[in-house]
Amino acid sequence: MTTINLNGRSVTVDMPDDTPLLWALRDGLEMTGTKFGCGIAMCGACTVHVDGQPTRSCVTPLSAVAGKRITTIESVGEARVGATVQAAWQKLDVVQCGYCQSGQIMSATALLASNPKPTDADIDAAMSGNVCRCATYVRIRAAIHDAAKSLA
Amino acid sequence: MNFRIENVLQTSRRGFLKGSAGLALAVVAPGMAHAGTGAGPGIAGSSMVDGDFSPNAFLRIGTDNSVTVVSKHLEMGQGVYTGLATLVAEELDADWAQVKVEGAPADAGRYSNLFWKAQGTGGSTAIANSFEQMRRAGATARAMLVSAAAAQWKVPASQITVKSGVVSHAASGRKATFGELSEAAAKVAVPADVTLKDPKDFTLIGHSAPRKDSLAKTTGRATFTQDIKLPGMLTAVVAHAPRFGGKVKSVDDKAARAVAGVTDVVTIDNGVAVLARDYWTAKKGRDALKIVWDESSAYHGSSDAILADYRELAKTPGLVARKDGDAEAALARAGKVYEAEFAFPFLAHASMEPLNCVMKLDADGCEVWNGEQLHTGDQYALAKALSLKPEQVKLNMVYAGGSFGRRANPQSDYLLETAQIAKAIKGRVPVKLVWSREDDMRGGYYRPLYLHRVRAALDAKGMPVAWQHRIVGQSIIAGSPFEPMLVKDGIDATSVEGASTLPYAIPNLNVDLHTTNATVKVPVQWWRSVGSTHTGFSSEVFIDELAAAAGKDPVAYRLAMLAKHPRHAGVLKLAADKAGWGKPLAASADGKRGRGVAVHESFNSFVAEVVEVTVHKDGEFTVDRVVCAVDCGVAVNPDVIKAQMEGGIGYALAAALSGAITLKDGLVEQSNFNDYTVLRINQMPKVEVHIVKSAAKPTGVGEPGVPPLAPALVNALHAATGKRIRALPIGEQLQTT
Repeated sequence: MTTINLNGRSVTVDMPDDTPLLWALRDGLEMTGTKFGCGIAMCGACTVHVDGQPTRSCVTPLSAVAGKRITTIESVGEARVGATVQAAWQKLDVVQCGYCQSGQIMSATALLASNPKPTDADIDAAMSGNVCRCATYVRIRAAIHDAAKSLA
Repeated sequence: MNFRIENVLQTSRRGFLKGSAGLALAVVAPGMAHAGTGAGPGIAGSSMVDGDFSPNAFLRIGTDNSVTVVSKHLEMGQGVYTGLATLVAEELDADWAQVKVEGAPADAGRYSNLFWKAQGTGGSTAIANSFEQMRRAGATARAMLVSAAAAQWKVPASQITVKSGVVSHAASGRKATFGELSEAAAKVAVPADVTLKDPKDFTLIGHSAPRKDSLAKTTGRATFTQDIKLPGMLTAVVAHAPRFGGKVKSVDDKAARAVAGVTDVVTIDNGVAVLARDYWTAKKGRDALKIVWDESSAYHGSSDAILADYRELAKTPGLVARKDGDAEAALARAGKVYEAEFAFPFLAHASMEPLNCVMKLDADGCEVWNGEQLHTGDQYALAKALSLKPEQVKLNMVYAGGSFGRRANPQSDYLLETAQIAKAIKGRVPVKLVWSREDDMRGGYYRPLYLHRVRAALDAKGMPVAWQHRIVGQSIIAGSPFEPMLVKDGIDATSVEGASTLPYAIPNLNVDLHTTNATVKVPVQWWRSVGSTHTGFSSEVFIDELAAAAGKDPVAYRLAMLAKHPRHAGVLKLAADKAGWGKPLAASADGKRGRGVAVHESFNSFVAEVVEVTVHKDGEFTVDRVVCAVDCGVAVNPDVIKAQMEGGIGYALAAALSGAITLKDGLVEQSNFNDYTVLRINQMPKVEVHIVKSAAKPTGVGEPGVPPLAPALVNALHAATGKRIRALPIGEQLQTT
């Protein structure tokens, strides 16, 4: 039994301690917005925020997040930065297949929360852990700049 | 002979149109329709379904004023939901905001790809085959709404206008929404024919209506196969044979069954499946299996050895795929013969969503949830495997997290694997098969490994007089249900397309092919842009080499041979112009700059790309900018076209830089994104896309952005360094050669 604060609610997961947060979310709590892509923290599709920090949930065991504050794509839009990022993504029609985009948005939101005016180099550094096989990168970059402008 | 996949498909299309008098609604055969949306043509009063006005299989209009477009094609990122909805909404004069899209079930009677006579998505055909069909679907509904309004208001139909979802009669000032008219419209006879709009009146086609899947895909609400959960469902994780063709000899599953939560362990054709309530438990169970494999039929080949064998084969003539003049004789006469060998590795599709499938098996049949790309083929394959009738196999198409061809498996591989597991547990509960990234990477069905040998001779002016192009590799199509359509006289059209269709005016032009399926037993499959992934590269790099040998400008050299191919020439000139071809590149303190070009036609679309690079002192390089010009006929949604070019360029760049699946003693050496490296945001160049204005029929955009990238990049690296790379991926060849 592990208790976490998920999207502002305290929830208890009845899964073994070593279960990655990703599978606790997807299979235990039926929160499927967070995606499974690689299982080894190489693609970023599973990115969530743990106490505000972008975290690869596929390699983060439940035992490591007990009592912590977890934010997923399902609620990231409840705060201003996340909502602005989602709006920029929609405005520029960033998505193609869309499977990686939850993770992209979580990483972009974390970037803008800590760095409101990221340069291209900042974006490279913050976003290069998130793979998009549709290669929507041109628009991801543009959407982050667009969101930064809206937030300014 | 000159085989082209497009020609085969075009022929089928003409046949279809003749047979059905060009009226899409004629494909609705009442006997084949599921309960729901199967109103036949001209059946008055039959187009009300579940309270919605459903004039044909492709749309429903609800009393709540919603317009639901039913997409017969899979949305895997290429924007087809948006594209098909654009076509329907254009002729319906709907308001874009009231339009929703849902995926069609498997039903070839209603949802066939008109180029294939079977239901499926691929070959960049979705918009091309649907362009008229979807417009007619919209126009038919519009005509029925107008008739209903005319009858209600007792005014002539000719005086009624429709705009943004509102039906109006100006003289009387009457207005109604689609929703208000839907019940009355459902009682109107389906018109036998409708007039489509003059393109000058288009308000959506050509105007970049926003994507229909953006909201769901930016909020985590889009449903992929991975997200399906059914009551009682178990997740299955499979231990696959390490080598292709391997089987289970014996399994010790004691430790696996001891993992708390593991419910079943079952042996299937090529492995052992472990089932549990969740993925992590099933995976733990799988990792605890002790399996002895029967490798008596397993394939033990290695990439290096395959390549060496191909090199030997390339010395001898293959089956002739194109013969203009006599290239060998012309080469024999020539003073100097230019020769090059090109090598291409196996490539994995590596979509972001690893392969998966959800299946429910019961007394009535089988129901599947899948990013479904080859409905008819999968339906028949599952029916056969499960001893069912095809109509007992219900396929629910959900979003696919990428495919790049992989989900259109001609052998229905992962669906049949799911069926075996579901059958093994006697359909007790629904099953979700989940492949790990490693399963996906090592599961085969790769773009084949190829070797090309190209030889040419130049005339006194430096123009090619002879071109002999030899291709060695596995056939994707042989042994698949597509064989009768795409393999003729031993030549798989997809092995040579792009080479057999070389557009350049060369008097002696021969293409021949060695097919190696008898000896190489690696499962292979189409990979975004299929044959053009390799033929586009060898052709466009070698042409560049000849231009260099002749001391000519690469663009002018190509244009001189494209007099009969104005659309190739058009995109080439446009890309060159927009890239500032001929003007020196801005110097860089970081290293040597270079610019390269390539042009290629695939799936009836024409794309040219100019690539700019900077090569640093250590041989590392950056791809700075790609300027792309595309001619795909009518641009239904220019922004989606632009996105497909951007994405195609990025997908191709990943493969060009580092993409390779290698085999050693039958084992795949890569496993995940750590050793099969893919493009990341810091490697993505600036991309500019220019779309040729055209009134020609729309053609594909999902794949054609891919082929020109790698040759243009290699040509740019040559321009910068004088080094010519002929084997992909580029890897560290600039450092080591």
